[in-house]
Amino acid sequence: MGQTQVARAAAREAGTIQLISMPRLKQVLPSVAVIAVLLGVWWSVVVATSSVIFPTPWQVVNGIGELMRDGTLWQHIAASLFRVGTGFALAALIAIPLGLWMGWTRGAFTTLNPLIQMLRPISPIAWIPIAILWFGVGNVSPIYLIFISSVFPMVVQTIAGVHTIERRYLWAAANFGVSRYTLFRRVVIPAVLPQIIVGMRIGLGVAWLVVVAAEMIALRSGLGYLIIDSRNAGNRYDLVIAGMVMIGLIGLMLDGFMRLLERLKAVRWRYAR
Amino acid sequence: MPAKIVVQDLTKTFASDTGALRVLDGISFTVDEGEVVAIVGPSGCGKSTLLNIVAGFERPDEGLVQFDGATMTRPTSRGILISQHGSVFPWLTVQQNLMFGLNGHAMHDKESLADRYAAMVGLNGFEASYPHELSGGMLKRAELARALVVKPDVLYMDEPFAALDALMNLRMRNELLRILAKERHTILMVTHDVEEATYIADRILVLSPRPTRIQTSFEVSLRHPRQLTSPEVQELRAAILRQLGVDSFSD
Repeated sequence: MGQTQVARAAAREAGTIQLISMPRLKQVLPSVAVIAVLLGVWWSVVVATSSVIFPTPWQVVNGIGELMRDGTLWQHIAASLFRVGTGFALAALIAIPLGLWMGWTRGAFTTLNPLIQMLRPISPIAWIPIAILWFGVGNVSPIYLIFISSVFPMVVQTIAGVHTIERRYLWAAANFGVSRYTLFRRVVIPAVLPQIIVGMRIGLGVAWLVVVAAEMIALRSGLGYLIIDSRNAGNRYDLVIAGMVMIGLIGLMLDGFMRLLERLKAVRWRYAR
Repeated sequence: MPAKIVVQDLTKTFASDTGALRVLDGISFTVDEGEVVAIVGPSGCGKSTLLNIVAGFERPDEGLVQFDGATMTRPTSRGILISQHGSVFPWLTVQQNLMFGLNGHAMHDKESLADRYAAMVGLNGFEASYPHELSGGMLKRAELARALVVKPDVLYMDEPFAALDALMNLRMRNELLRILAKERHTILMVTHDVEEATYIADRILVLSPRPTRIQTSFEVSLRHPRQLTSPEVQELRAAILRQLGVDSFSD
C-alpha cells in the first residue's frame, strides 16, 4: 500500500516534470532545426564556391569573439540600445497621449489624421539629409530617425484602440454618471491598453529595424556603424554579418520583453479569450 | 401615486439602404413605482431600441419619456441598464466593478458596500476575480450587483438572461425575485421569452411587428412563486403567444 503510494507519487512527479519541459522543448526544437539547416546550407555553399570574401558561420563566430575580446562589441550594443531606447521612449511619450486624444476627439482626428497619414509612409532614410541639416552628425540625428519611424505606428494603434472600445462599456460608464477623469482612468485607458501594447511592440520593432539606417550618420559607435564601417574598412564581411546577427538576437530579446507586458493582470482579458 | 416612468408617443425611424425604416410607431405606456413590467415582442421589432430610449441612451424622433415627472434627456444612475451582452468591465476585478459607480463614499465604505452586494448575489469569495475567470451566470450576478449597489430606483433589463443556458436562466429568475422581495425596485424588462415574462412580471405588454406599437397588455395578479405548470400561467402564456401569432399546442 505504502509502496504503491510512493510509486504513484513518483509517477505523478515524473509526469509533472514532463508537463513542464516537454512542450517547451517541442516548441523550440523545430525552430532550432530550421536555423541549423540554414547554417548548414550557408556553410556548404561558401565551401563549395571557395569564396574568399564571404565568410563561413565559423568565421562569423570568430569575428564576434574578436569584438568581444577587444570590448568594442559591448560599446556598439550599448550605443545602439541607448539611441533606440531614447528615440522609442520619446515616441511613446508623444504617441500614446496624442493617439488617445485623436481617438476620443472627433475634431482632433479629422484635423490631424491626414497629416499623420502623409508623414507615415515617408521612409526614415528619406529623413537622413534633413536630420543631418537640423541636428548635425551626432547622437541626436539617429535618435530623431528612430523617433520618427516608431511614433506613427503607436499613434495609429492607439487611435484604433479608442475607436474600437465597445459601446456597452461607454454606456455603462455614462449610466453610473462618473466624472470625465474616472471615465478616462477607469474605462477608456484600460480598454485601449491592450492595443497600446501592440502598438509599442510594433513601434519598438520598427525602431530597432531602422537602427542601421540611423547609425549610418552616427559617430564611431553603434551596431549600424559597425556594419557600415566593417565593409568600408577592408571588406570585413565576417564583422558585417556579426553585426547583423547581434541585431537579430537583440531584436528577439526586445520583443520578448515587450511580450511580458501582455501578461499584466489588467490586460489579460484581451488575450484570455 | 404618480407614475414612475411615463412614455408618450415615441417614434423612431432609422435610415437604411432601402429607405427610411420606421421602427417605433407611437408607443405610450406608464410604469408605476415598484412595478415589474415586461415587454415582449417578435425579434427585430425594436425592443432594445425602445428600452435604450426609455433609459435615456438614445433620443426618440418624436414623443417623450418622463422619469419622476422630469423629461429624460440622458441616462442617470437612478435607472441602471442591464445590457443584453453584459457590460461588466473585463479589466476590473469584481470588487472594482462594484465600486465603479459609487461616488462620494470613503474608500472603506465603498469596499464594504461592494462586498455586501457581492455576497447578496452569491459572489462572496470572488471579489478579487477578473470577469474572464467567471462563468456566464456569475457574470450576470456581478452585473446585477453592480447595478444594485448604487441603489437605483429602476432597473432596465434587456433580455437579461437570454445568453445563459436553460438551467442558469431558471436560477437567475429566482435570484432576481429573491432580490426584488428584499429591495423593492421598479423593473422594466424587454424579452422574447414569454415564459420568463409570465414568471416575473406584474404586467406584460405585447408589441406588434414593425412598425412597432403596443398591441395588448396583460395584468398578472398571480402571486410569487408562480407554478409555470399551473392552469392560470398556461392560459396566460397561450394568450400571449396567440397575440404574437403563435398557436400553442401545449394542451
